[in-house]
Amino acid sequence: MYAACRGLSSPNETLILHLPRPRSKSPLSREIGAGATSRMAASVDTVLQFSSSTELSARVQPLVIFNICDCYVRRPDQAERVIGTLLGSILPDGTVDIRNSYAIPHNEFSDQVALDIEYHHNMLLSHQKVNPKEVIVGWYSTGFGVSGGSALIHEFYSREVTNPVHLTVDTGFNNGHASIKAYVSTNLSLGDRPLATQFQEIHVDLRMVEAERVGLDILKKQTVDKLPNDLDGMEATMQRLLSLVDSVYEYVDNVVEGRIPADNNIGRFIADSVASIPKLSDLDKLVNDSIQDHLLMLYLSSITRTQLSLAEKLNTAAQIL
Amino acid sequence: MVAAVRSFLQVASTEEAAPPLRVVQIEGLAVLKIIKHCKEFSPALVTGQLLGLDVGSVLEVTNCFPYPIREADDEIEAEGADYQLEMMRCLREVNVDNNTVGWYQSTLLGSYQRVELIETFMNYQENIRRSVCIIYDPSRSNQGVLALKALKLSDSFMDLYRNNNFTGEKLREKNLSWVDIFEEIPIKVSNSALISAFMTELEADSPVTQCDYDRLQLSSGPFVERNMEFLIECMDDLFVEQQKFQYHYRNLSRQQAQQQAWLQKRRTENMARKAAGEEPLPEEDPSNPIFKPIPEPSRLESFLVTNQIANYCNQINGVSGQSFSRLYLMKALHED
Repeated sequence: MYAACRGLSSPNETLILHLPRPRSKSPLSREIGAGATSRMAASVDTVLQFSSSTELSARVQPLVIFNICDCYVRRPDQAERVIGTLLGSILPDGTVDIRNSYAIPHNEFSDQVALDIEYHHNMLLSHQKVNPKEVIVGWYSTGFGVSGGSALIHEFYSREVTNPVHLTVDTGFNNGHASIKAYVSTNLSLGDRPLATQFQEIHVDLRMVEAERVGLDILKKQTVDKLPNDLDGMEATMQRLLSLVDSVYEYVDNVVEGRIPADNNIGRFIADSVASIPKLSDLDKLVNDSIQDHLLMLYLSSITRTQLSLAEKLNTAAQIL
Repeated sequence: MVAAVRSFLQVASTEEAAPPLRVVQIEGLAVLKIIKHCKEFSPALVTGQLLGLDVGSVLEVTNCFPYPIREADDEIEAEGADYQLEMMRCLREVNVDNNTVGWYQSTLLGSYQRVELIETFMNYQENIRRSVCIIYDPSRSNQGVLALKALKLSDSFMDLYRNNNFTGEKLREKNLSWVDIFEEIPIKVSNSALISAFMTELEADSPVTQCDYDRLQLSSGPFVERNMEFLIECMDDLFVEQQKFQYHYRNLSRQQAQQQAWLQKRRTENMARKAAGEEPLPEEDPSNPIFKPIPEPSRLESFLVTNQIANYCNQINGVSGQSFSRLYLMKALHED
């Protein structure tokens, strides 16, 4: 977790609290938090008020990531990062479903951040005209970690919606791999005086189901020359199925010959899947019936096409006089 | 010497015709947006605007935004235009190309060939030099195929449409048949390096994707049923159109017969008059309603209907092909 401070009385002092991420629910986290604070050099005896950390998680659709990357690639030259709003909805079980996003022009100076709020409202209205169910659920920024300016922006967003989610998309690939992290914030206050804003990381669930439907090949490569048509796709799928079956065979062979220790779970899975092929006695008949139905349809469609060309000849090509 | 130097104005006015559009290059972002929008509102039909750049023989689509669904038409016309301007302005501020290159719409089982489509095309063509329409079919995509098509009206058809002249002769002149109305343009998908890095990283490890599950589903029944229903309806429409033509022909031949009869009568009259020494009457009488030329019904509707039927047939063929493979696969698995 990272926490960043809002402007204190002396602007040169920035207090960064590094607290380890709680792995379970509240009581333990309070303990860890208190322990860490006592390690701090600050002379403040804090009354740490944690709001209980619910197991909040965020679900991110692939479109959002595409959007963010595209905005990052198109950012104006002097900006180091891109900031924008996240739209989506909150599901009944508390998960935040992030479905759409748009970028907001902003200016960042050393201490302050200026967001174009009017633009934000305009875009929000426009988006809601299309899809009134999408509401603001948070905001995003590119770049790794949470910085000082982020707290200010987060405060702005918490005025618009309760408990906004802050998503960071690391476009710089800082750790050598892509990291997409989401945070919610809690306000640490000392009695009445607001002290710091603590960002607590929450679990991010990347739903790639949509992307998979489209075909990850299309989305992965830099250029795809041809969209696959039905038969191509069918062929690819069957090849994958074949390779799966081959690997299962290999595994079973290896286990039987003692090269790999048998894992009962996998064995049960294999037995289940093999058993799930229905042992219908007249499966042949069913299959043949289906094949005949499809053949009939093919025949009908060919007849229709013949009819079409005939009709066209009659209508257009024929001359009366 | 003087002839070699052309003024700027001359060069600008003698601009060469643009190279024909060969490929539409869409960014993955636009594809995902289109899919999301169409899927969310299916089965209602939705439209949206495409933004991008027009480069040589490639039309690049880099972004898009959806249109809100319009309930009634009258007052909301202005609102629609406002919305569009607002979106384009906002997108311009974040450096998105806000150059309209066309529009997209969703369709139900491929029944998109309507007169409205052609009209929209003509509207767009007046303002923008090259525009394209992307059709997405969410119901077909559930079968595991990415049903995205880019369409353009062919030039010869556009000329004909402008003159609003669809008689048989004109069509024969131009050698235009129903296949020539829409031209399908191949689509290429491109992605920026950043996003392909992300996707490669975030790709789930399983060797089988959701797409495969969709494709291997044995139940293609409902889809094919609806296809057949639409096909049958279209055949009915085609039949109605054929009836119109038959009626027209019948009228035409009847009129001709009448004309011949009248001409005969006139001739005999003239013979009688000549015998009586009077002036022969003219052999034509334009005021007689028999000679009024009967307007030929426009063939546009029948062309569109024909196109649709062909589309349905193609789809059925595709699905049947897939089903065959699936059924044989089942059979083989069962035998093992």
